Amino acid sequence: MSTIITDKDLDTAVLPERIRRFPFPFSADSYRYSANVEPAHKTVPTEVGSWGSFLIDIDEHYLSELQEREEILNKDPSRTAVLPHMRSAVWDAITTLLPIMAEEYPHAMSYHREGNACRWTNTLQNLELEFTIGDDDSLPMGPLRFLGSQIQDDLVFLDPREDTLWLDAGLVTFAADWSFGFDVGMKFMEVHTPVPRVQTEPVINRAHQFLLRLQPGEEFRRTNWTMTIGQRLDTSTETYPQWGPDRGTIADDPDLPSKLHLRVEVQHMLCLPHSGAVLFLIRSYLLPLTDIAQVPPWRERLGHVLAELPEDMADYKGITRYRNAASNWLLNV
Amino acid sequence: MTATAVQAKVHPAVKGGLELEVTGVSPQTDAITSITFVDPSGAALPSYVPGSHLVVQCGTGANAYSLTGSGTAPSEYTISVLQVEDGAGGSRAMHRLSVGDRVHAARPRSAFAPTSNATHFLLVAAGIGITPVLSHARSAAEWGTAADLIYVHRPGAGAHVAEARELLGPALTECGDRASFQKVLAEKLTTQPLGTHLYVCGPLAFMDAVLDQAREQGWSTARLHSEAFGAAELDAGEPFTVTLARSGTRLDVPAGVSLLETLESAGKSIPNMCRKGICGECAIPVLRGTPQHRDLYLNDQEKAENTTMMCCVSRSQDEELELDL
Repeated sequence: MSTIITDKDLDTAVLPERIRRFPFPFSADSYRYSANVEPAHKTVPTEVGSWGSFLIDIDEHYLSELQEREEILNKDPSRTAVLPHMRSAVWDAITTLLPIMAEEYPHAMSYHREGNACRWTNTLQNLELEFTIGDDDSLPMGPLRFLGSQIQDDLVFLDPREDTLWLDAGLVTFAADWSFGFDVGMKFMEVHTPVPRVQTEPVINRAHQFLLRLQPGEEFRRTNWTMTIGQRLDTSTETYPQWGPDRGTIADDPDLPSKLHLRVEVQHMLCLPHSGAVLFLIRSYLLPLTDIAQVPPWRERLGHVLAELPEDMADYKGITRYRNAASNWLLNV
Repeated sequence: MTATAVQAKVHPAVKGGLELEVTGVSPQTDAITSITFVDPSGAALPSYVPGSHLVVQCGTGANAYSLTGSGTAPSEYTISVLQVEDGAGGSRAMHRLSVGDRVHAARPRSAFAPTSNATHFLLVAAGIGITPVLSHARSAAEWGTAADLIYVHRPGAGAHVAEARELLGPALTECGDRASFQKVLAEKLTTQPLGTHLYVCGPLAFMDAVLDQAREQGWSTARLHSEAFGAAELDAGEPFTVTLARSGTRLDVPAGVSLLETLESAGKSIPNMCRKGICGECAIPVLRGTPQHRDLYLNDQEKAENTTMMCCVSRSQDEELELDL
C-alpha cells in the first residue's frame, strides 16, 4: 500500500503517462447504460491529465501491441475477415485513416496520394511503402491486415443495407469477452443480443438508429468499460480457457490490486466517406487498480461504481465474483 | 461577367461546409447545364458515396443536386442542373454561375447509396434522373460490378449521353418514347441475374410506374431503390419563438437553426454531447407549448407528455414555447 498518495494536492507531473492519458470513463458514482456519444477529436480533461484530442492514439505500447496483434493473427486467422463486398470499405478506411495519422503525427508519418498510387511512411516502424488503392496485392499482407499493423485499435466494419447494419468485416485481436469470428455476418442488433436489459432499455436500438443516420465523413466516439485480470488485451472468447479461470481466484489473491485492471474502450464511429460503411475503431486501455489508486478521486469513484453496479450488469461484464473485493480495496473498507 | 464574391450570408443548410469555386460551365442540352467546382485553395475534396447529392447555396436558397462522378478521391465536383422555369429560382441562379464564381456548399450527403453486396445493377433513368445513376455506373465500373442502364430521354435532349455510351457500351439501352421503354423494361425486369438491385431516378410518376412493375414481377422491396428529385429536401423546420421563464428573455429560432444553437448564441450554457438527439444530455424542461419531437431519446410516453424536449434536434409545433430556463 506504499504507493497511495494521501496528499490532497495531487502532483500530476510525477504521474506516468499511462495514468495522465488514461480515459477514465466515469462521471458519477454509479454506472448505467446510456448513449454516451460525442463528436470525436474533443479533448476531455481528467483530474490528472486529458485524453481524446486525437482520433488515432499512439502511445508507449505501440510497437509491443502491434507485435502482439501480429502473433495472434498468425496463430488464429479467424480474428479477421472481410466479406467480399466489403473490399471497397476497407480501402476507404485506409485512404481515410492514413492521412489522419499523417496529420496527427507529422513528425513520424507521411501520406501521399497521386491518383491511386500511394506512398506511406511510418518512421516508428522504419516503414516506407508504395501501394495502389484498390489493388489488394499491392500490400504484402492485404489491405485490412496492413491497416491493423499501423494502429492499435481493433477495427469493425458495419455495412448499411436493408435499413440495418451488418457486421461484415473486421480485425479484432483485443476483444473483451466476445468473438469476432462468431459475430461476423450478423446484424448489429443480433450482435448485441447478449447485453442485459437490451429488451427493456432502448439504448442499443437508439445507437443503431444513430449509426444508420450517420452521414459520410462524420466522426463520433463513446467509451465502454469492463475489468481484466492481468495486463491482457486478448480476452476473446477463443482464449477463454487461458484467462477465464482467473475470475474465480482473483478475489482472494493478495496481488488483486496490481493484477486487476480497469479496462476502458474508446470506440470511434466513423461513417466512411466513399463506401458509407460505419467503421468502429475500438482502442483498449488497461490500468491496474494500484495505478487507479494514485488518483484519489478515481479510486473512490470506481470503488462506488463497482459496489453499486446491478447484478445483471456485473454478470455480463464477468466481474461478479471479485467486484466486492476490488471495491473494498479501493474504498479501504 | 466578372466573378462574383461568395455570398456573404451563409445559408444554415451549408454552414460549416465547403467553399467551392466554379471552374467549368458546359451546356449539356438546351435546358441542362453541367457545373464543375473545385476547392479554391487546391485542397482535395471529400470523397463521396455514389449517388450522393451536393447542397449548394445559390441566391437566397440552397438546393440539392446529384454529383455525377464516382466519388473516389474527387479533384472536382460536377453537378448538372435542369432549369426549372416555374421553380423557386434556384436553378435559374445556378445557370447564371460562371467560371471563377464562388459558392457555399455542404459536404456531400448520401441518400441513394449502392447496395454493397449487389452483384449486378439495373439502373433506370429518365431525363435529368441520369445524374445520380451515372455516378452509380461509374462506381460500378471502378469496382468491377456489372451494370445495365436504361436511359429515357427525348432525342437530342439527353444529358451525359456520350459519357453513358462510352461507360456502358452495349449495357446501355436508350429509349426515346414510352412504348419502347415499356418493352425494354419488361424484358430487363425478367432477365436480371440473381443479386441484382434496381435503382431508378426520374419524375415521381415514372419512378412509381417502374417500381410497381418490378414488384409485379416479384422483385422484393429490399432490391428496389429510388430517388425523387428534391428527395434531398432539407428539413430545416419552421421558425418559432421561445420564452425563458426565469428571465423573461424571448428568443427567435429561425428555420435551419437548432434551439440548442439559439440558446448557446444567447449565452446559455446547455450540457450536450451528441447534438443528434440520441444521448439525452441536452434535455430541457418545457412549461408551455407543444414541442415537435425529432429525437430518438425520449420514449413515446415521454414525448406525449411534452414536458421535456431535446433542444439539439427538436423544434416546436406551436409558434411559441415556454421553457424552464
